[in-house]
Amino acid sequence: MDILITGILLGGTYALIAMGLNLQYGVARIMNLANGEMLVAGAFAAFWTYTAGQVSPILAILFVAPLAFLVNWIIYRIILMPLIKRAKNQGQLEVDSILATFGMGFAFVGIMVATFGAEYFSYDYLGDGILIIGSTFALNRIIAFAAAVIICGLLYLWLYWSRPGTAVRAVAVNPQAAGLVGINVLRVSALAFALGGSLTAVGGSLISTFLTLDASIGVLFTMKALIIVIMGGVGDVRGVIVAALILGLAETAVATLIDPGLTLAAAYLIFILVLLFRPQGLFGKPTS
Amino acid sequence: MTSRETRTLVIAVILFGLAALLPFSGNGYYISIGVTIAMYVVLSTSWALFSGPTHYISLATAAFYGLGTMIVATGIEMVPYVVLLLISAVAGAVMAALVGLATLRLSGVYFVIFTLGLAEMIRQLVSWLQNNLGGSRGLYVLTDLTEEHIYWELLALAGFVFLIGWWIGRSRLGFAMRIIGNDETVAAHCGINTARSKILLFMVSGMVAALVGALLAPRWTYIEPNIAFSPLLSFEVVIMALLGGTKRLWGPLVGVIPFTILLEVIEANYPSQTILVLGIAFLLIVYLVPHGVVGRLEQSFAKFRKGGN
Repeated sequence: MDILITGILLGGTYALIAMGLNLQYGVARIMNLANGEMLVAGAFAAFWTYTAGQVSPILAILFVAPLAFLVNWIIYRIILMPLIKRAKNQGQLEVDSILATFGMGFAFVGIMVATFGAEYFSYDYLGDGILIIGSTFALNRIIAFAAAVIICGLLYLWLYWSRPGTAVRAVAVNPQAAGLVGINVLRVSALAFALGGSLTAVGGSLISTFLTLDASIGVLFTMKALIIVIMGGVGDVRGVIVAALILGLAETAVATLIDPGLTLAAAYLIFILVLLFRPQGLFGKPTS
Repeated sequence: MTSRETRTLVIAVILFGLAALLPFSGNGYYISIGVTIAMYVVLSTSWALFSGPTHYISLATAAFYGLGTMIVATGIEMVPYVVLLLISAVAGAVMAALVGLATLRLSGVYFVIFTLGLAEMIRQLVSWLQNNLGGSRGLYVLTDLTEEHIYWELLALAGFVFLIGWWIGRSRLGFAMRIIGNDETVAAHCGINTARSKILLFMVSGMVAALVGALLAPRWTYIEPNIAFSPLLSFEVVIMALLGGTKRLWGPLVGVIPFTILLEVIEANYPSQTILVLGIAFLLIVYLVPHGVVGRLEQSFAKFRKGGN
């Protein structure tokens, strides 16, 4: 029971991060391997405002989100645009964007280490436990989960009930056809990329309330987000949420029952199963 | 053999002969850098054997390398070193085959993602096994091998990799790889078993990387999983190979030598900035020399000849 609830709480935050990556890869077609670094940046912003100004991490989200949106928009416009223009095909763009985002991620880690040092950072925010069905759970995990659920819900509504959201989904399905019906594909892609980065950074702020992070941990979260997106199916909101919960549960189960040092191995086990049996995603239709 | 090939072979043999003389300089610092350069030459050349024609970016080098190192470290007390080398090579090939079977049948992205976390995942597994099977985390590799020996071994392996690369380039497999790299659908329609070809080539690459790890184990003397599975190694190898260029067999060589020296300087003077340098190197490669220095030079050369006529 403990495992179930802790796993779901963790999975909720994972869902938010993976949703960010899903927007970037599924819509903007950029395989962003600097995603984890954006998460660490969001975490660091929350840490900094909390220790320096006693601002609650939940309030910090209010400025982390627009700031990350802006930063990612600029990254897309200035750094990634030349690659998109240069690429002859999707495969070429994939290789280029993988290398370029790696470069960005590494440069970012380097800057973080140079300015703030390589130490772990954590702070104590609402660490008190509360009782749910006979067991205690830390309040900060529950708040992070609630915030993730609210944000995911808003995103879902926006994607499925608004005009720009529909445009985003159209580009995800087929960029060429979206262009034909009068959607500015590049603008929508930039929007999706920026929104995705913003979601990831917010996920980072939330995670920092209950996990200890350091400047170079980003790649681990990139890995998890990628596994979730592949498991859930690229561009599939519902699939990503289910996949995030599965990963959260599996990691928690392995950490509690076997060894906390094996969480990545657990993620890999799931990854291999997905690759062998459902490479098109949990709810995806097999391609011929 | 055409006269051109004979000439290339003679030049290559002479260069190898010259490189083999380095330990006689007696200068420990040069020999040490020589070992590092030889290591990166083997790793990035074998990396380019697979990733060059397929454009699949493998980030698994550290995983294979660490596997080889750990096999030697675990078995050195019980089994002769030469046997361990063989075991490492086989283990590297088997692991590459397994990774290939899981991912290479699908699109390239899955492969990149899978290899990205592979070294870290195996490190976790090895640490866990060591903790639970009563082994100690730190292992000692005590042999009579000196840096000079390691250098010559690596040089021999480099020669072997170049020969294999040359042979693959002429073989049916190499031809198949070039078609796959240009257009995988076309390759499949020509009747090429694309997955099998890719897996075979990845096995060669994995085998060599595991062997390099095994050869370098005696250099460190004290080994634990955190040392064996160095996360940055995979990225350094990718940068060096891409910097040089992967179209030619000797392309990576052009990237390895300057970049190894740069890394040495950075590590000696600004140890915490290595990762920043790697990041900048990635960006510079993507934006300025997407086909490597060799590709860029060949382009300029072709343009110059065109302009001359």
